[in-house]
Amino acid sequence: MVAKLKGNYGSGMEALTYAGQNYMVVDRSLIPEILQVLRNEEQFDYCVDITAVHYPAREKQFDVIWVLYSFARNERIRVKTQIVDGATLPSSVPIWTGANWLEREVYDMFGIKFDGHPDMKRILLPEGWKGHPLRKDYGILQQDNEWVQINLGIESGQ
Amino acid sequence: MTDPNSSLSHLDLETPEKPFLDANELVINMGPQHPATHGVLRVILRLDGEKVLGLECVIGYLHRGVEKIGEHRTYTMFNPYVDRMDYVAAVSNGLGYCETVEKLLNVEAPPRAQHVRVILTELNRIASHQLWLGTHALDIGAITPLFYTFRDREEILKIYEKYCGARLTTHAFRIGGLQYETYTGFEKEVKNFLTFFRPKIDEYEELLTTNRIWVERTKNVGIISAADCIAFGVTGPVLRASGVKWDLRKAQPYANYKNFEFDIPIGENGDTYDRYLVRMAEMRQSVRIIEQAVNALPEGPIMAKVPKVMKPPAGEVYHSIEAPKGELGYFIVSDGSTQPYRVRVRPPSFVNLQALDVMCRGQLVADVIAVIGTLDIVLGEVDR
Repeated sequence: MVAKLKGNYGSGMEALTYAGQNYMVVDRSLIPEILQVLRNEEQFDYCVDITAVHYPAREKQFDVIWVLYSFARNERIRVKTQIVDGATLPSSVPIWTGANWLEREVYDMFGIKFDGHPDMKRILLPEGWKGHPLRKDYGILQQDNEWVQINLGIESGQ
Repeated sequence: MTDPNSSLSHLDLETPEKPFLDANELVINMGPQHPATHGVLRVILRLDGEKVLGLECVIGYLHRGVEKIGEHRTYTMFNPYVDRMDYVAAVSNGLGYCETVEKLLNVEAPPRAQHVRVILTELNRIASHQLWLGTHALDIGAITPLFYTFRDREEILKIYEKYCGARLTTHAFRIGGLQYETYTGFEKEVKNFLTFFRPKIDEYEELLTTNRIWVERTKNVGIISAADCIAFGVTGPVLRASGVKWDLRKAQPYANYKNFEFDIPIGENGDTYDRYLVRMAEMRQSVRIIEQAVNALPEGPIMAKVPKVMKPPAGEVYHSIEAPKGELGYFIVSDGSTQPYRVRVRPPSFVNLQALDVMCRGQLVADVIAVIGTLDIVLGEVDR
């Protein structure tokens, strides 16, 4: 599978293994196509997880990771891409319905938007909250004091 | 649905040009403080009379930022936090976390530790299913099972308490193995529990399986097809009740599950009744696994060689286990320091809850309660 994909996409894709787990690093531009191919042609029919990691020192600040599983092949693969702050990604809700909440959580925690998502809003934090807590520049004690004061009627949540 | 105008016709009123209340569709709020939502879950229901047209879940009331905390604690310090996500299956959470870090460190727990882990995790599966059964039946109106299951669950909690001093948030495992050797009489007590517990499952089944009210309330309620389950990423007993024979303990064995014989119970219709049957059968399979593990408990060390200060080499690992509620995954990124660079938890309850909408469409409001119960969610895990 990897050889075939590599043949089709060449330098835009790199297949790697760490601790016995396969993953591939893919160019942002190839993401919509590769996810579609993995779902339709390679039988990765179960989207396990979508998540992100923030590296503030890098130019492309975010790693976005899709964890996929195929029931037919009993195989797991991770797809990883790098994007700059403010860039968007195509939503994979049309490919896997279950991506809906997972993408909302990535948006909530990192501020990465997914184009074409049916309901792109926060999921764990309240609407109107400022900041995205899993970014590295968001302090562990930091909170949206204004929101807390207006909505909870207390000075601080700490 | 009767025409709202005709219902007013017996009153001596001029028929208004428009009905002043559009009774065909109404939006009702359920929760977040509601006894049947198993925590603080808010559901916004769109109804046509009693019929559910659609619903939206509002979650996050229990969000504590576990993943953020993980980035600010060492690998060892973060271990007790994971118990507080799915607090009715704390041991499973701990197993998933410890195994993931072990993968990063490239160490393996010794055989004795693996066996004890399997025993405690399967006991936890039983405890989690017991709690589910008790509360689920209570929601639907059967009060007695709650007393039965809680009475029996107590015996498992006693074993935990004797083993590690805690009953609920046990923190039973350590990265690399176990902190505590089993106490004197551990094996005997586990065996006693199995003998005690086997007839109890029959007792629960006698109360419910052919109970007419139970069957009426659960059969053909909240049906979800196998294809829908896979599209939504739903795992665990819900997926198996829809007929997919998939269990991570078999598909991608972790700990030392490959040494034990057990079956994967599956259902046919994917309704609430089948999910009930699957979980009951799973308890019996857990008993089977524990019996094999406790009879073959090897001697030996309980801790692998792990450094006091853990600094896993830089890299990323995703590892998942079959928790009582479905696939529980951890994705940990190490940058070579003492603290994880990123901890991501893939919670089964969170993903499964997404399917609530399709499962409830066309059902009655009372069935929403049944479906929330049958999904077996824990809000501590949904919100993290």
